[in-house]
Amino acid sequence: MPEKKIRVLVAKPGLDGHDRGAKVVARALRDAGMEVIYTGLRQTPEMIASAALQEDVDAVGLSILSGAHMTLVPRVIKLLKEQGLEHVAVFLGGIVPDEDAPALRALGVKAIYGPGTTLDEIVRGVREGVAAGE
Amino acid sequence: MREPDELRAIRKARAEWEQDTLRAVLDKWPERCEEFVTTSSEPVERLYTPLDVSDLDYGRDLGFPGQYPFTRGVHPSMYRGRLWTMRMFAGFGSVEETNARFKYLLSHGETGLSVAFDFPTLYGYDSDDPLAEGEFGKCGVAVSSLADMEVLFDGIPVDEITTSMTINGPAAVIWAMYIAAGEKRGIPMAKLGGTIQNDILKEYIAQKSWMLPPGPSMRLIVDTFEFGTQHLPRWNTISISGYHIREAGSTAAQELAFTLADGLAYVEAAIERGLDVDRFAPRLSFFFNAHNDLFEEIAKYRAARRIWACEMKERFHARDPRSWWLRFHTQTAGCSLTAQQPENNIVRTTIQALAAVLGGTQSLHTNSMDEALALPSEQAVRVALRTQQIIAHESGVASSADPLAGSYLVEAWTNRLEAEAYEYFRKIESLGGVIPALEQGFFQREIATSAYRYQREIEERRRIVVGVNEHLSAEPLSIPLLKMDPQGERRQRERLARVRSERDNDLLQRRLAALRQAAQGTENLVPHILDAVRAYGTLSEICNVLREVFGEYREPVII
Repeated sequence: MPEKKIRVLVAKPGLDGHDRGAKVVARALRDAGMEVIYTGLRQTPEMIASAALQEDVDAVGLSILSGAHMTLVPRVIKLLKEQGLEHVAVFLGGIVPDEDAPALRALGVKAIYGPGTTLDEIVRGVREGVAAGE
Repeated sequence: MREPDELRAIRKARAEWEQDTLRAVLDKWPERCEEFVTTSSEPVERLYTPLDVSDLDYGRDLGFPGQYPFTRGVHPSMYRGRLWTMRMFAGFGSVEETNARFKYLLSHGETGLSVAFDFPTLYGYDSDDPLAEGEFGKCGVAVSSLADMEVLFDGIPVDEITTSMTINGPAAVIWAMYIAAGEKRGIPMAKLGGTIQNDILKEYIAQKSWMLPPGPSMRLIVDTFEFGTQHLPRWNTISISGYHIREAGSTAAQELAFTLADGLAYVEAAIERGLDVDRFAPRLSFFFNAHNDLFEEIAKYRAARRIWACEMKERFHARDPRSWWLRFHTQTAGCSLTAQQPENNIVRTTIQALAAVLGGTQSLHTNSMDEALALPSEQAVRVALRTQQIIAHESGVASSADPLAGSYLVEAWTNRLEAEAYEYFRKIESLGGVIPALEQGFFQREIATSAYRYQREIEERRRIVVGVNEHLSAEPLSIPLLKMDPQGERRQRERLARVRSERDNDLLQRRLAALRQAAQGTENLVPHILDAVRAYGTLSEICNVLREVFGEYREPVII
């Protein structure tokens, strides 16, 4: 029986326009056999939660290099919960100071992938994070 | 150009060298890699000889600095006459903090200003716009009105120093604020010198801080060319950029080709409007990346000058030699800097800055060691500035123009990059030109593919990044990071509230209405934008008029 493909939403919340990393990760996840939906830029938390629901994803990857993560990530997580998507594994990539990590993990972010993280690490992390939520 | 006999002799000698001397060594000690490639994954030969540049004609291909085709530099005396401008990109938090940083940099010897704006400002939103929540001052300084601009440049002699502003979608509005701020201090706009980036095509392709769709954006840009030509003779109305294209992951050839293709598209648009090429072309400027590969970058800049000169002269029939000049600013590659062992970044930035200087840049920004972690701290930015000063005064490379000319490698690569650029020009032409090509996602796909390949090379350790996949160190971070004033946003909101209540709102509404009417027609919008700015219209208010009339851009989603 074929394994059900992991469905991942890769999203760029807020005004951050740096999308190189998000696109590279999206491609890597796809090459690793996952179904990837990339939202493109300028996504509000509402748009992301709505897309996560519509696309019936197992994981949401947020990419934020603008420093606005402490405003945007809690909003996304709150909206996911409100839509009954608390099982969806949330990952964060980008520029996130170490001191913000504990608060983000406490909110439910499964892992924070900063500069220098390998694609293999991210692929493994998403697989494990989704499996843990099932 | 060498004689066929001489080349034949060299070819024969090289074959013998390969069969005898080289073979003996390779059998004992194989080379370190299967393949040696540049940062752009282009193959690097073991050795370059006259055979690699056998067609080179000094007069036709190189010439002299300040003379067509300008391969060796735009100005005859180059850095002996005047050093490149040391222009450090700066901006964070509130205008008060950034004003202080400008003064700090000037006191430490920078010779030109460069402004980084925050994301809300880059997209044409006031600091208190709902979309701006959480984004205030994070990536640059927040500017929402003329009042902010006045504080930003308080105590800075804008009639004596030039200012470059990295602003694109709302460039005309921010430019108007700078002009109006000068007026308030009694400085006529004709005395102002500087640059607005104002390069929308590369926004769609790479930097992504667009506002309006392509057609209206191009109209607005040509409006700025027209206005600048008439009223600000010292102002560069555009900085046609490759930096961001490279940062998004492109190769050197793509950076070169896509930047120049964009430039040619702007020239075409201005000529179509009826502007005389020799009136606006001398104030076009460029902006390139300085990435890791020293020689590839130098070759890239030389190829850029030669291509641009040829196109301006042969294709557009510009007659003023100043129209043939490719003058450029360079920034060292932010994307090459690491969060791990940040002190290593000082070394990377030094090599990259050296490439820019050896390549003949007119202006240079050097990144700080904490680039991958935060906006620059004072200590980090001081070291970055000193890097330029040490290159200028201690390394000797500024004493002679285009010192690497004649290098077999450098000339071969200059030729190679030029040829690759022309191949891309043909491809873009076949797609209908730059705007159709970007609407089809051509550039974005090329860039994403290069970016993915580069990352795979790192993952598979075919490309080494010291401190990241080799020579790791588990030490914790030791450098102090920039802290912003937590009261900055509150001050900004208060200033905005004051501006909105103290200005003549009736006057502003009339001016916004005039702008709307002009936008719906074909008048030059810059005077109307200036009028709205002088009446203390805010960035959102003015940009909303433009957004309402012209709509907003939606990008094709490509990974």
